[in-house]
Amino acid sequence: MSIKEQRIAEILVDHQGREGSLLPILHDVQAEFGCVDADSEKLIAQGLNLSRADVHGVVSFYHDFRPSADPRPEVQVCRAEACKARGVEAIIADAEKAAGERVRVSTVYCLGLCSAGPAARVGDRLHARLDSKGLVEVIENAR
Amino acid sequence: MIIRISDDALARALGADALAQAFAQKGHEVQRTSSWGMQWLEPLVEIDGHGFGPATLDDVDAILDGSSDKAIGVIVDHPFIARQQRLTFVRAGRTRPLSLEDYEATGGWIGLRRARQIGAEQIVEEVTASGLRGRGGAGFPAGIKWKTVANTPGAQKYIVCNADEGDSGTFADRMVMEGDPFALIEGMAIAGEAVGATKGYIYVRSEYPDAIGKLNQAIALCASIIAPFDCEVRVGAGAYVCGEETSLLNSLEGKRGEVRAKPPLPAIQGLFGRPTVVNNVLTLAAVPHILAEGGSAQYGSLGIERSKGTMPIQLAGNIKHGGLFEVAFGITLRELIYDIGGGTESGRPVKAVQVGGPLGAYIHPDQFDIKFDYEAYTAADALIGHGGITVFDDTVDMGAMARFAMEFCAAESCGKCTPCRIGAVRGVEVIDRIRAGGRPADSVELQPVMHNAPKTGRLPEQEIGLLTDLCETMKFGSLCALGGFTPYPVMSALKNWPEDFMPGQEGAVQKVLDGNDA
Repeated sequence: MSIKEQRIAEILVDHQGREGSLLPILHDVQAEFGCVDADSEKLIAQGLNLSRADVHGVVSFYHDFRPSADPRPEVQVCRAEACKARGVEAIIADAEKAAGERVRVSTVYCLGLCSAGPAARVGDRLHARLDSKGLVEVIENAR
Repeated sequence: MIIRISDDALARALGADALAQAFAQKGHEVQRTSSWGMQWLEPLVEIDGHGFGPATLDDVDAILDGSSDKAIGVIVDHPFIARQQRLTFVRAGRTRPLSLEDYEATGGWIGLRRARQIGAEQIVEEVTASGLRGRGGAGFPAGIKWKTVANTPGAQKYIVCNADEGDSGTFADRMVMEGDPFALIEGMAIAGEAVGATKGYIYVRSEYPDAIGKLNQAIALCASIIAPFDCEVRVGAGAYVCGEETSLLNSLEGKRGEVRAKPPLPAIQGLFGRPTVVNNVLTLAAVPHILAEGGSAQYGSLGIERSKGTMPIQLAGNIKHGGLFEVAFGITLRELIYDIGGGTESGRPVKAVQVGGPLGAYIHPDQFDIKFDYEAYTAADALIGHGGITVFDDTVDMGAMARFAMEFCAAESCGKCTPCRIGAVRGVEVIDRIRAGGRPADSVELQPVMHNAPKTGRLPEQEIGLLTDLCETMKFGSLCALGGFTPYPVMSALKNWPEDFMPGQEGAVQKVLDGNDA
């Protein structure tokens, strides 16, 4: 048994007997491997007695699950209405330049910090009231 | 000295943790409380009821020796707080979110204890009498929903809390979950008592890591108090549409978050096909107050017409004094934006205000006298939604905002129904063509065999006609509010700011819109 098979088997055991356990399982797999790839989908489908198509349908529906791992750190920048009203669009170009190939800058719609945008998230850390300089700093410090 | 600093996600995002540490290092006791909701002052430091904000590490010494210029005086006397009628947010700023002691001392669990005494029927009656309506956006009377679930036979029923607060410009759910998690859990336990459910799920979006952590801790702390009711947090996975109740239920079941057709109503066949109450965080958090002695009558005495009680309004976007403002229904937008919010933060004139999140209409300053009330907004072709107000100054391009509304709908559509899945994509294209001044005839139209096709291309006026038609189709043909309400921001932007779509030809837009109305 490969390490992956073993770890996924453990995750499946953790959630045994839970109602509607697929999403919590996918979250655990995503956290463990940084993605839910085709191999994982197959193992999860076997474990839950679902078809691979069913599992793939769920994985591909949600933005949080990725088909392949990305080793780069991720900075999520909110670009929803409230942050737009506070000027996020004007600082995106600088952010992308600072990120280069090293950091993945992705778009998120709302972090709930709507009176203090532009806002960004790195892991579970939030940053608010960012200007161009602040966002570039967040990106440079992202690990 | 006891120093109180919020541990709300917004305060933490602005450096509250480092600030708390700095005060602790100086030998003071630091208490982490919920947020007062005066977000422009975060991180707000409270000492003996006096506030200092927005505080930075450089202010620590001055705050301690009383010479700080960040002093705002006594917090409860601050006009922003003094003007509110806080029921759902009565503990905001006053208690430590995870302290059972603080919760009990401020009237916690009284509603649940009384609910257990008076029994299911009486609970439903009091919630109905209070006039409480669903705070998620649709405004459906909570009591009627509960009654339906209570009257539907079933061995297993569920209470599902919709905490998938995806609307931009809203954060009240987040503040309840992070600041007063026990109130939400108590509300769910009362709902369980009313309908005969013993299992509750809180579906929280993954973008709220702080709320997820706090809720999990709170549930563990109060498990014995709410037993036999049992509560569990489930985390969403980045799909906006899962805020729609039926797609939320599918997601909880471990499926794609696709919308279900109604009927059957979730109250009758909800989670796993069983009778289910699905209520928003604010709805459930309002319940403990209503169930306390005399709470129902007091709640029902507030507000206007059929909109009873208070609404936690969220002031967001380009606003000077942004934050949480809970007040009885009936307040005007003008008061909210200028008197309370202090106008734009940039100091420029207000151009537009979006009420109700990404699916809410853009309201023009000429309409600012509209009263905060479900029916008044419906009559004005707008919606209250979840009570979020996003302010834009005059630098905003409303054509771009209308395009974004369609783009957002295309990105977040679940794909179940055609008007939303395809309409949103076509909507982006049509808006682009309007802004580009129409389009020339394409190669197919120019083929001699296409003798019925116009050879002149399409004028922007004709594209506006198309957009209007498309919006009608989406509004009446979509399964849920995502496709059904996206036309609100689009059409309100087009009607109120035609110059942002066709500069210099505003009259032409008006003519098309008038022609369509006739």
